[in-house]
Amino acid sequence: MTPHRHYRVDADGVGIAVNEWGNENDPVLALVHGGADFSRTFDVFAPLLAAAGWRVVAWDHRGHGDSDHAHLYSFEADLRDAVRVLDTVAPQRPIAVVGHSKGGAIMTSLAEAQPFRFRSFVNLDGIPYRRPGPDLPEYQRADAMNTEITAWLEHRRRTATGSRKPGTIEELARRRAQMNPRLSKEWLEYLVTVGAREDADGWRWKLDPSMRMGGFGPWRPEFGLFRLAGLGVPFLGVLVGADEPMGWGTKPHQVEKWMPRHGRLEFFEDIGHFIHIEQPEMVAEMALDFLGDPS
Amino acid sequence: MNTITLRHNRIELALHELRPAIGDGRPLLLLHGLGEKTPTTVPIDAESWSGAIWGLDFTGHGESTLPVGGGYSAEVLLGDVDAAINHLGTVTLIGRGLGGYIALLAAGARADAVHGAIITDGPGLTGGTYESSVPQVVRLMNQGETPDPYALHELSRDVRAADYALDFVQFSTANSELSEPINVSATYRPAWLEAVAAAPGVASLPISDALDLYR
Repeated sequence: MTPHRHYRVDADGVGIAVNEWGNENDPVLALVHGGADFSRTFDVFAPLLAAAGWRVVAWDHRGHGDSDHAHLYSFEADLRDAVRVLDTVAPQRPIAVVGHSKGGAIMTSLAEAQPFRFRSFVNLDGIPYRRPGPDLPEYQRADAMNTEITAWLEHRRRTATGSRKPGTIEELARRRAQMNPRLSKEWLEYLVTVGAREDADGWRWKLDPSMRMGGFGPWRPEFGLFRLAGLGVPFLGVLVGADEPMGWGTKPHQVEKWMPRHGRLEFFEDIGHFIHIEQPEMVAEMALDFLGDPS
Repeated sequence: MNTITLRHNRIELALHELRPAIGDGRPLLLLHGLGEKTPTTVPIDAESWSGAIWGLDFTGHGESTLPVGGGYSAEVLLGDVDAAINHLGTVTLIGRGLGGYIALLAAGARADAVHGAIITDGPGLTGGTYESSVPQVVRLMNQGETPDPYALHELSRDVRAADYALDFVQFSTANSELSEPINVSATYRPAWLEAVAAAPGVASLPISDALDLYR
């Protein structure tokens, strides 16, 4: 369903596109997308939450969807942008939060930095445990990292003049299927119509072409895990069993001991990383049940 | 001073020639510290260098682009240095503080194009802690001029992990033609730099001797 409201928030000069579903006077539920995604991927899931009495607020991270392409990108910058949006819709007020993948990780960080903003938190397969990719012995790990760094630098040399490759809706959907192998052709083709723009020579994903999967840095995925144990808000973590390129592959036994007190962990063996798109009704029902009465 | 503008993604970088070559040898590239910019004259330590002497203004510093809305990382500054290397060819690097850390990253990432990296004292040498600390959500206002307050805030706290720094030492020593491609001249050594200085393939000579070594 097309969002009920669409507007932009200025985040220190970076324009952030916000989409909302539901009654404007209902309590706020922030719905946060993951890396390489955008808020319109919630076009089916968000209305299910809104129908239960929530004002669902989702925004495109900088460089994603309809938000500005920024000079620079970082996890901390995403956190700041999120706070700019929350300050607009619910300044200093506790809200319900549902975050998927990197969106779950960003909001886990925010829950440590600014716990007063949270009333409850559902994290959909956004609990990182290890680096994505195969487990390698030390000498191969170093080689792989060196190769990744070189590839990243070569990518940076090209992005000064680069733009995304144009194509038909079917072609863009096929490319995205590499990231979303479990999602239907019809859904991916729909995503092109809301996540890409049509130029004279074809459709192009709006995602900033300087963004790239993978990456390297001193940050360890486990850092996010350490924050979990200290969370003081009602917490529902959802993990999935079907391996996918975009998933972290985190399994319950790896994170159980880091769960916050009285936190709940659910595991779905046969569902993939995009659980809210594969089974929107089931996930909405579970989240709504956990979040309780909006008022 | 001859200044060239390089492009790194959406950033325009200022690369300054402080002095043309006075003899043979490759260029020396100066990397300034956090909140600094390329000096206008050749530092005394570098006067004896016979090749050309250049200095790069990092993103958000000096005459380079002031980005909107922050989002800095040491890895982005590594990309800045890579743009300079792409223009100058093989260089010797000497970095102050943060610039010293970036010199190390560049020596590892582009071992074939960095003929020695010298890490010296300067602003931003320490970096943040290894264990990720409480995330900071602050709003900073720039005055329309460099240095960018977001650069100062974010790059003074980026995680500097010893094991990560040692990866770059390993890449450098494995792929450089030099037996000691990294030199630590800094007096102050935070944990990551202590680990680097103790690693095989890393010298700890004074600046002038290190410049002689890489000449």
